[in-house]
Amino acid sequence: MVDQQDGHDIALMAHLMRRAGFGAQYHELEALAEKGYDQVVEELLNPDSQPDGMDLDLTERCFIEWSHFTRGVPEYFAWRMINSKRQLEEKMLLFWHGILCTADSKVQSYPTSYDELEMFRSHGMGSLKDMLLEISRDPAMLYYLDNCLSHKGAINENYGRELLELFSLGVGMDGEFNYTEDDVKECSRAFTGWTLANNVPGQPYGRYSAKFLFNPDDHDNGEKTFLGETGNFDGEDIINIIVKQPAAARFLSRHLYDYFVADEAQVPAWMDTPPRDPGTIKMLEDEYFRSGYSIRSMLRVLFHSDAFKNARFAKVKSPVETVMGTMRLIGDWNEPKPGFEFIFDEMKYMGQELFNPPSVEGWHTGREWIDGGTLVHRINFTADFVGDVNQPGVKDMVDRIASRGPVVTGEELVDDCLRFLGHYELPAETRRMFANQAQEAGELRTGSSDFPGRVCDILKMIVATKEYLYA
Amino acid sequence: MTSNKKDPVLVVLQMSGAYDALNTIIPYNDPLYEDYRQVLKVEPEQVLAIDDKVGFHPSMAPMKDLYDQGKVAVIQGIGYPNPIRSHFRSMDIWHTAEPAKMATEGWLGRAINELDPQKENVLTAVNFGRGLPRALAAPGVSVASVGNLETYGVLTGIEGEDQRTEALDIFARMYSPMVGSGHANDYLSQTGLDALKGADILSTAPQRYSSTVEYNGDAFSQWVKNISQVHLADFGTRILYTGLNPGAFDTHANQSTAFPKLWSEVSNAVSDFYQDLKEHNANEEVVILLFTEFGRRVQENGSGTDHGSGSVAFVMGDSVKGGLYGEYPSLAPEKLDEGDLQWNNDFRCTYATLLDKWMGLDDKDILKGSFEQFDFIK
Repeated sequence: MVDQQDGHDIALMAHLMRRAGFGAQYHELEALAEKGYDQVVEELLNPDSQPDGMDLDLTERCFIEWSHFTRGVPEYFAWRMINSKRQLEEKMLLFWHGILCTADSKVQSYPTSYDELEMFRSHGMGSLKDMLLEISRDPAMLYYLDNCLSHKGAINENYGRELLELFSLGVGMDGEFNYTEDDVKECSRAFTGWTLANNVPGQPYGRYSAKFLFNPDDHDNGEKTFLGETGNFDGEDIINIIVKQPAAARFLSRHLYDYFVADEAQVPAWMDTPPRDPGTIKMLEDEYFRSGYSIRSMLRVLFHSDAFKNARFAKVKSPVETVMGTMRLIGDWNEPKPGFEFIFDEMKYMGQELFNPPSVEGWHTGREWIDGGTLVHRINFTADFVGDVNQPGVKDMVDRIASRGPVVTGEELVDDCLRFLGHYELPAETRRMFANQAQEAGELRTGSSDFPGRVCDILKMIVATKEYLYA
Repeated sequence: MTSNKKDPVLVVLQMSGAYDALNTIIPYNDPLYEDYRQVLKVEPEQVLAIDDKVGFHPSMAPMKDLYDQGKVAVIQGIGYPNPIRSHFRSMDIWHTAEPAKMATEGWLGRAINELDPQKENVLTAVNFGRGLPRALAAPGVSVASVGNLETYGVLTGIEGEDQRTEALDIFARMYSPMVGSGHANDYLSQTGLDALKGADILSTAPQRYSSTVEYNGDAFSQWVKNISQVHLADFGTRILYTGLNPGAFDTHANQSTAFPKLWSEVSNAVSDFYQDLKEHNANEEVVILLFTEFGRRVQENGSGTDHGSGSVAFVMGDSVKGGLYGEYPSLAPEKLDEGDLQWNNDFRCTYATLLDKWMGLDDKDILKGSFEQFDFIK
């Protein structure tokens, strides 16, 4: 049995790994807690300091359809989320995929989308300035928001607008607008000539990704006035002006808070709805400017804050977190085998399709993940897998509970299940109902052949609770 | 209302992404149209003419047929004050019927509250698709939201009828709302309980349905078929909602390929739905509203169109007085609103007409204001 202090450390580690990653099994949490919170945070923040632990070469040989598209399929990214030891790197990739949105429904080239997501992985914790520059040159984005069709003298303002509205500043802050319609037009002018080459649809010919191309002949070299500054700006100048804005600090801080700490209001409401926790947002904004726009520095401040540590179960899990977390918990898909594609569909039915955010605004989060349909699907999926005793992670939970002795009480069984699922907590009444249900068929003898099934019945009920919808 | 007449039902079809109003109902005899639309223009002889001024896009023939039968009201120049050209904000405005400030309650959410104040029927409104549109959201209102009607149910993986009954019993108790547990938790509780009840009832709809109408295989057409199945199963559902996958009509580029394909899918689905209702003698009890969040820029951008404002919407059904409503916005450069069609009727006028004249609800209460009504309901 763990003592009180260890129990606390493991509960905190379970929280950290649910937020900075896609969850972990109990034995992993024990090992991480042993290492200590500060060191684990540093390892997460510096993914290059450790191996990713994946044999991708072997994986590709088993999933030949992946190498067919040079790894550029959603399943490849799902695989990495389950198996990479560098969990925060993958979590940041998903963070940016939900903000700097492009969708395969329009781009229709997995190799091009693959390049974009790889870019999110390499720049995900770097500086916001670099990230905005990279995304402005990203072929999937240039095509998705039509900047490749924006010409000198005939601008297409789709990208210019969304860069300001959805990628960096937001419509407004503290009740004031962050930019004008003229800023949108001037911004769009500055990005004329930023276009792409080799844009071939994925099927049947496009095995290679599109590439960024700057066409000086199509670039508007005239003077522009943007957010109060005047000059012969190009896209990079525009980004330099954007990242200096207090609104950029606010926008990124709120997104990080919403993703890692607790559910915030949805983005369109940010102009008029103040942050849920202004103190923490201020701390992140200050770190943004102090560090020269470093996302990694902001995350370090965030993970060490009391606001983060005390925010257990303050976020509704996203469908990707639900599916990836379930797979990591039960220990499935550590090795290639046929049939992986279904994972991709499961997330889609719960309302989150990788490579296809519903719009350029990304996915709405928090309780908006849950409606009658997605709730039903989420519960059924999780119960089916966590209640499958043949899964190694589930078998491990059963063995750990059985190691208590020849007989366990209903309460002990329920409490153990909650702990091994990641130190979940239930209201007393629900816990009592489950304990009664666990004992209904008589004494819980750990050596009996029906014991694993009875554990699984309780696991199924726990993952169907409201409390388990949260991370 | 006579005693044997069924309660009126509203079907809402949301066309996300903003279809190009100018190429949907086309002012084909206006010389300015051709000036603005060198690439995207539809030749006059291809337009499905309504009169000598305007006509439907050629891909909308099934809807034009319904129009010719007097069953389609075309609401020209629909919009709202201070148009915003952001998809999300604009769709929010259509959903909440609140152009001036951010709101979270949907207009249909409030309508459901009035239709079923005691919350006696968890299926008063049903949505088909991924995620619940804000139009249907309101505190305390539950709407069943169904991705796949064939497999809808809770804890379907628990085997054995007794075990499943017991599990569902516990499920119902643990999703019972607790005092003081917070707004989000209350929402989850209600959603869980209603999903449980709704699933039991909805799962019977496909077996009860039979029809000679064959809908197309695309997701939208299948959801429209689901709407028909649920309506014809007589669950007392009064509001049914679905839409195209988000962003579909956002034709900044290559509009000439995507746009006709989408309108062809949509107008076929609408027409199939009408035939289906007719086959089941249910055509008089349903009115359809089809809308999008805004119009698109009058001047094309090369191969597509950018975000605009003034738009067009459709109200369809046997109880609709077909015809043109609102005025077609002028294309004269000085009459445009920052390069966009100038709206001339507030979308809440159409909402008010549907709520009051069709659904028999208090439009002023639901829309928080008084809006002049059209007379497109018989």
